[in-house]
Amino acid sequence: MSDGPGALDGVRRRWDAAATRVFGNDPLLVAAVMLGIYVLFTAMTLVGPSGGDLGAIVSNLQAVTFWTALYAMMALALNLHWGYTGLFNIGVAGFMAVGVYAFAALTVPPSASPPGLGLPLVVGIAGGMLAAAFVGVLTALPALRLRADYLAIVTVALSEIIRRSLLSPELEEFTLFSNLGFVPDVTLGSGAGRGINMPTNPSIPVKSVLYTDPGNPAAGGRTVVGKAVLGAAESAGVRETVVSQFAYTLVLVAVVVLFYWLLVRVGNSPFGRVLKAIREDELVANSLGKDTRVFKIKVFALGCALMGLGGILWEAQRGFTDASVTTFRPLQTFYIFVALIIGGAGSNTGSVLGGALFAGLLFQGPLFVRRIVAHLLNLGDPPSTFVGAAAGLFSLELGGFLAYTVNNISELRFVFLGLVLIYLMQRRPTGLLGHRKEAAASVDLMERPGGESDE
Amino acid sequence: MSDDATAARAAAADAAADANADETGDVDARTGGPALEVEDLRKSFAGLVAVDGATFSVEQGSLTGLIGPNGAGKSTTFNCITGVHDVDGGTVRFFGEDVTGLRTNRVAERGLVRTFQIARELEEMTVLENLMLAPGDQRGETLAQAVLPGFRDAVRDRERALREEVWETLELFEIDHLADEQAGNLSGGQRKLLELSRALLTDPDMLLLDEPFAGVNPTLEEKLLDRIHALQRERGLTFLLVEHDMDLIMNHCEHVIVMHQGQVLAEGPPEAVRDDEQVIDAYLGEEI
Ligand SMILES: Nc1ncnc2c1ncn2[C@@H]1O[C@H](COP(=O)(O)OP(=O)(O)O)[C@@H](O)[C@H]1O
Ligand SMILES: [Mg+2]
Repeated sequence: MSDGPGALDGVRRRWDAAATRVFGNDPLLVAAVMLGIYVLFTAMTLVGPSGGDLGAIVSNLQAVTFWTALYAMMALALNLHWGYTGLFNIGVAGFMAVGVYAFAALTVPPSASPPGLGLPLVVGIAGGMLAAAFVGVLTALPALRLRADYLAIVTVALSEIIRRSLLSPELEEFTLFSNLGFVPDVTLGSGAGRGINMPTNPSIPVKSVLYTDPGNPAAGGRTVVGKAVLGAAESAGVRETVVSQFAYTLVLVAVVVLFYWLLVRVGNSPFGRVLKAIREDELVANSLGKDTRVFKIKVFALGCALMGLGGILWEAQRGFTDASVTTFRPLQTFYIFVALIIGGAGSNTGSVLGGALFAGLLFQGPLFVRRIVAHLLNLGDPPSTFVGAAAGLFSLELGGFLAYTVNNISELRFVFLGLVLIYLMQRRPTGLLGHRKEAAASVDLMERPGGESDE
Repeated sequence: MSDDATAARAAAADAAADANADETGDVDARTGGPALEVEDLRKSFAGLVAVDGATFSVEQGSLTGLIGPNGAGKSTTFNCITGVHDVDGGTVRFFGEDVTGLRTNRVAERGLVRTFQIARELEEMTVLENLMLAPGDQRGETLAQAVLPGFRDAVRDRERALREEVWETLELFEIDHLADEQAGNLSGGQRKLLELSRALLTDPDMLLLDEPFAGVNPTLEEKLLDRIHALQRERGLTFLLVEHDMDLIMNHCEHVIVMHQGQVLAEGPPEAVRDDEQVIDAYLGEEI
């Protein structure tokens, strides 16, 4: 009799221990979540219009991985600012734009329109990151001396100024150094609304694994690897473009790993300890002799550089950048914040999970739902207004309301996002993993000297 | 009895400071004369005059008490000395150097470190992390040292050494059982201990302590006072202590400064201050 609860406790303890082993292990946790998302998307593809087509499944999984990687990357960079240091940067999209436009200006050939400097890819990437860091420091210098809210105002304003400037006809093409004899003229441009073609971009080296002429896969031949991989893919019904996109996505995943490694290292150090202290109470850090302004400027520059790189990688897949897309709007910054809030600000693993959940469930998922519902139910023409749709509710004709809902699911995602945020604020303000405290030292502090613990 | 003890302690402190000066270049130039000189310090908040021309000095190696009724301007004085507030007027000199208006971190870097009346623990950091933060100019506090592989081993070595020092401090302050606790979960007294230990770990030359023993049990308080006296003797550390417990002030301080309405009302040896008519009128009254 008395055995009962004891045995149950034992089972529970063993279960808890097993759960901690699996879920206390961050890579496994991320893998488990990704697996869940893959299963969900596979299922959604199966019931959707394309049915059991393997090509469609692979294509969809590649898409969700691509967006996951991008959002994870950006959430990690934002986590350095906001999660670690408490710097409320709401101009993320602006720093992405600076990164990719500087990259384009450096790498686009001088003969193109708008022209660039025609420098090598690596120079472009480094230059894009440096430019983003530089603009970040320039913005942050005055704002970081003031209270936290000023940084928020300045960054969001800056990101809009950057976007609008890039769209302005004034900057479509312009010439630098035009009247200086000793420096050659340099013509650059944002392309205004047209955008910039980026024939040199990070997806090219990836494609060169598959194609002999990566800039124009259709014209040239395939490499040995390309022949094997693409051949196999074709026989499985996977489209050629999906394969090269998948290859690029793998590079993005590698960059996420790199970001993660870097940020863990930044966090687990005396430097990271000061960042945490700034977030908690800057005056305390000052009172202990820490020049917090220097720390804030450095960390702001680093985060902006990572955001710049994120921007470059974000647009490289298209081989094209134009400032009229969502990528550079304040809305984009909001999305990245949502990802970080879901995952848990302050946690690097949380940032990655947040990126996956945002990209999978909130961003891509609803679009799949629309396709599936439209495929499974013939709902007829949806009413054009909400009133029209709601009227149907009263007459118990649900079809019209459902059709309206599904048809407008893109916009309704915002309602859904809002609900998720409200729920998190009420029930779990720390997000999934934000409650977990990341260590702020390079050694295990609990290892007690003098042999009192197991050293 | 306390008379003799205080005098003896003061003499010992002087002797120790001299002896120290010979060994460590650090204290060398600093023997003799005041550690801290505050002259005509003024600070008001939107018309409310909090510090109104306070002038006093604190002898090096002493434990000086700063007393006065609530609202006398003691904490504001600390805030002005450490650059938390901009002063409206007056000068602050630390070992002869003008530190008026320096930023808080610069003041601390020079070895003048303070604690807060309302303890400011870093809530979401553990007690250990709070203390590990304190030592100045740590290896690994620059981004490159934190990240680049070549520096990492050196950073870890330094952190191991620091960890040892931190654990010793935790034991001394009897909060080692709280090492891994989030600082936000500590009780009021424990927070005070955390603050004091953290300030000590910065390796300061002078500490400004704003009611450091509030909520700390009397036995531990005595032990920490012993430690403070040891630091005075052995390292020539200077302490300026805001404290409401008169017995403590009488028994442990060599010198007492009394503030009232933003001004220094009286100063001198504890007994003299205790018997000062003005002080009794303003503040002490029937307490003595
Ligand atoms: N930051 C502040 N803003 C406005 N008034 C303040 C501030 N700090 C202190 N004061 C006022 O200054 C006076 C002195 O306060 P304080 O220095 O805290 O006294 P004490 O520490 O001696 O009790 C009080 O009247 C207090 O209300
Ligand atoms: Mg006070």
